[in-house]
Amino acid sequence: MKKNITSFLSCFLILQVSAQINSNFLRREAKDTASIHLNMDATYNRPFLKSDKLPIALGGYAEANYQYIKEDGISEGHQFQMRRTTLFFSSSIANRFSFLSEIEFEDGTKEINIEFAALDFEISSLLNIRSGIVMNPIGAFNQNHDGPKWDFVDRPISATQLLPATFSNVGFGIYGKTGNKVWVYGYEFYLTNGLNNRIIENEESKTFLPAVKKDIDRFEESFNGSFLTTAKITAKKNNVGELGLSWMGGVYNKFQDDGFILDKKRRADVFAIDFNTKISKINTAITAEWAWVKVGVPETYTEQFGKNQQGGFIDFVKPIFRTKIFGVEKSIVNVVLRIEYVDWNKGKFKSINENIAEDVFSIVSGISWRPTSETVFRINYRYNWQKDILGNPTTKLGGIQIGVSTYF
Amino acid sequence: MSKKFRFVVGFLFCLIGLIGCAKLFPKAPEDDETLDGPILGLSTEQLKIFLSGDALFSEVFTPEKGLGPLFISNSCKSCHAGDGKGHAFSTLIRFGQTNTLGNQFLNQGGPQLQHRAIPGFQPEQIPAGALFSKFIPPANTGLGFLEAVTDATILALADENDLNNDGISGRPNWITIPSYTKLRVNAIQQNSKYIGRFGKKASVYDLQQQTANAYNQDMGICSNFELVDTYSGQIVDPEVSNQTINDLVFYLQTLKAPIQREQNNPDVFIGKRVFIEIGCGKCHTPQLKTGPSTINVLSNKNIFPYTDLLLHDMGAEFDDGYTEGSANTNEWRTPPLWGLGLSKNAQGGQYFLMHDGRARSIEQAILLHKGEGEQVKNKYQGLTTSDKNKLIKFLESL
Repeated sequence: MKKNITSFLSCFLILQVSAQINSNFLRREAKDTASIHLNMDATYNRPFLKSDKLPIALGGYAEANYQYIKEDGISEGHQFQMRRTTLFFSSSIANRFSFLSEIEFEDGTKEINIEFAALDFEISSLLNIRSGIVMNPIGAFNQNHDGPKWDFVDRPISATQLLPATFSNVGFGIYGKTGNKVWVYGYEFYLTNGLNNRIIENEESKTFLPAVKKDIDRFEESFNGSFLTTAKITAKKNNVGELGLSWMGGVYNKFQDDGFILDKKRRADVFAIDFNTKISKINTAITAEWAWVKVGVPETYTEQFGKNQQGGFIDFVKPIFRTKIFGVEKSIVNVVLRIEYVDWNKGKFKSINENIAEDVFSIVSGISWRPTSETVFRINYRYNWQKDILGNPTTKLGGIQIGVSTYF
Repeated sequence: MSKKFRFVVGFLFCLIGLIGCAKLFPKAPEDDETLDGPILGLSTEQLKIFLSGDALFSEVFTPEKGLGPLFISNSCKSCHAGDGKGHAFSTLIRFGQTNTLGNQFLNQGGPQLQHRAIPGFQPEQIPAGALFSKFIPPANTGLGFLEAVTDATILALADENDLNNDGISGRPNWITIPSYTKLRVNAIQQNSKYIGRFGKKASVYDLQQQTANAYNQDMGICSNFELVDTYSGQIVDPEVSNQTINDLVFYLQTLKAPIQREQNNPDVFIGKRVFIEIGCGKCHTPQLKTGPSTINVLSNKNIFPYTDLLLHDMGAEFDDGYTEGSANTNEWRTPPLWGLGLSKNAQGGQYFLMHDGRARSIEQAILLHKGEGEQVKNKYQGLTTSDKNKLIKFLESL
C-alpha cells in the first residue's frame, strides 16, 4: 500500500516539476463561476490542474501552522504542525461519468485516509448517482472542509469533536439540484456503511461520534449490517444566502452476531442546520452551523455518555483591505471572528436531578490575508472555557495560532 | 509606504508583542488552590514515575481495554476529579457484611455493587436481604503521608475503652491483609491481623491494596494482585501490568498534601482555636508525624491531616448495617479534613460530605455528628454565630 502511495506521489511530483518547467503541460482549469454553487458542489468546486496529455485533473491543498497554547497555565511549548496534505484527482471517464478521489495525509503521515473516491453518473442535473466512498452531507463543513476556504487555523470544534470531520463511508446515493437565476434547490440522499460501538466505547469518556472513524474496517464491511442514512436539502437565494437542513442516522451497535441477537438496536441520529450568507451592507460573510445529536445509550451504562448533545459555530469574515501587499495585487486582508459552543452531555444527573456540564465555549479572533483566493495566511487568538461533567471550575485554554493553507 | 501596508505591518508587530504578553494566556492556579500536583522535593526519576502515574490515573478504559463487563466507572479520574472527593454521581455501594465475622454475600457479588455494565450485560443488583452502605469516593490528596504514619502512632491515639473518660474511644480496624502485601516497617500485628487505615471503614492496609482493589472492583480490571473477574468469579489474565499498578501507587503516594489557605487571617486563627476548644481535634487530630518511608520526602515529616485514622462510633443514624474488617456497623474512620475547603472544586461546586454525601454543607456535616461526636456537636451548637462562622472559615481554609 505504502509503495503504491509512494509511486503515486512520485508521479504527482514529477508532473508538478514538469509543469514548472513547461507551463503549457499543466494548466489551471477554469472554475465554474456561471452557476450558483451550493455547499454540495464543494467536492468538485476546487482548483484543478489539467493536462491535455492526461485523462485526469489534479489538485490538492496543504495546511500547516505554528501554535503556542496554554491550558490553565501549562503549555506544551512552541509547536509546528503539518495538519494535513490532501491530494485529489478527477477524471471524466465518459460523457456523464466522472470520478473524483481525495487522499488525505493528516499530521504528517500519522493518518492516511481516502476521504472520497466516488463515481458520479449524471442522468440529469436533478438526478445524479454517486457510488464509492462518499462524504456524508451532514451540516455544511463536512463536505466543504478544504483548509484554504476557511479563515481560521482550527476547524470548528463542533465539526471535529461533536461531528466527525471529513466523515466519509462506502455506499451510494443520489443528488441533484435545480433552480433559476434567483433560487437554487438541492438535495442529497445516501445509504452507506457507517456507525459503530465506538460512539460510546471510546477513550474520550463521553459520547463521541468522531470515534467511529477509528474503525479501520468500515470501508471493508459494515459493523452491524445496517445502513447509515444521510439526507440533506438545501435552498439558496441569490444575494440572500444558503440554508441547509440535514439528517444522518442509523443503528450504531452490534445487535447481532452470527445470527444471534446480542442487544437491542440502538440508534444514533444527527440533525443539523447550516447557513451562509454575505451581508453586503457591512461587507461581511457569515457562516453558521448547529447540530443536535441523539444517541441511544443503554440505561445500564454510565451517565458520562450523554444521550443528547448539541453544538455549533458562527463565523464572521470581514474584508478590510483589498490592495497590493508585498507585491501581490488585489490581495485581501480580513478580520475574522468565530464563536463556538459544544455541549457533549445535555441532560441531568439521575442521582441529584441537576444539570450535567461537559461543555466548551470558545472565541477565536484573528486576521487573514488572502494573496489569492486559493491561499490564505491566518493569525488567530483562541480562548476556550471548558467544563467537566460535574461542572467543576472551568478549564481555560488560550493561545496564538499562525497558519497557512493553500491549494496547489 | 502606503497607509494600508503600514497597518498590516503594525498589526503584525502588535501580534508579536501580544505573543510575548503573559496576560493573553490563562494563568495557572496557585498551589494552594488545587489538590493535584507532586510533593516538592521529588527527584527527576521520581517525577517521571509520578507523571506516568498521573497519565494512568486519567486513562479511560473501554470494553476493548478490559472495562467491566460490570463496573462503576471507567477511569480513576472520573471518581476523583482533580484528585478531590467524589460526587453523588460517582457514589458506590458496598453490601453484605453485618458483623466482624466476614461478608456473607461474597458469592453473590459482594462486597461492592457494580451497578453499571457494558452494553449487552446486566449490572449487579443488591441481593435480597443484604444490608448496604453508600460511599462517596474520598480525596487522594496527601495519601502517601498517611500511609507513612507508623502503626505505633495510630495505636498511641487509640483509647478503645475510653480510659480518659472524654467520651471518645477511637480504635484501629484490625484487618486481614492480602497475600501480596508488603508490610510497613515496624508493622504491628494482633492475632494475625494488621491495622487498616484507608477507606471509610479503615479496612484497607495500604495504597497498593487500594489501587489493585479499585481497578478490580470499580472498573472490572484484573491485575496480578486481584485476578478474580467480578463478573464471572473466575481467575482471568491480568489486564494491566504490575508496572501500571506500581506507577499508579507511586503517583498516589507522592501527591502533595493540601496547602492551607488564609493561615494568617485572624478569623481562621480564631476558628482553629475554637476547633480545638470544643474538642473536634480529639478525633480530627490536627498533627501527625510520619515514620520512615522508602520515598525520602515522606519520611519523618510533620503533617496536618486532621484525622487519627481510627474508628469511632457515629451513632445510630450512621449505622447502615454494613461494615468491613473488625469495625462495627456504626463505626467509621475519622476522615482527614485537609483539603476540605477545596472539595467543592471536585464536587461540581457543592459539598457532598460524610461517608455517603448526605451533608450538603460543612455546618450540616457538623450537626450530623452523633455517637462519640455528639458532645462536640452540642458544644458547636452552643457557640456564638461569630465563633461558628470562624470555625467554618477555618475548616474552609484547610
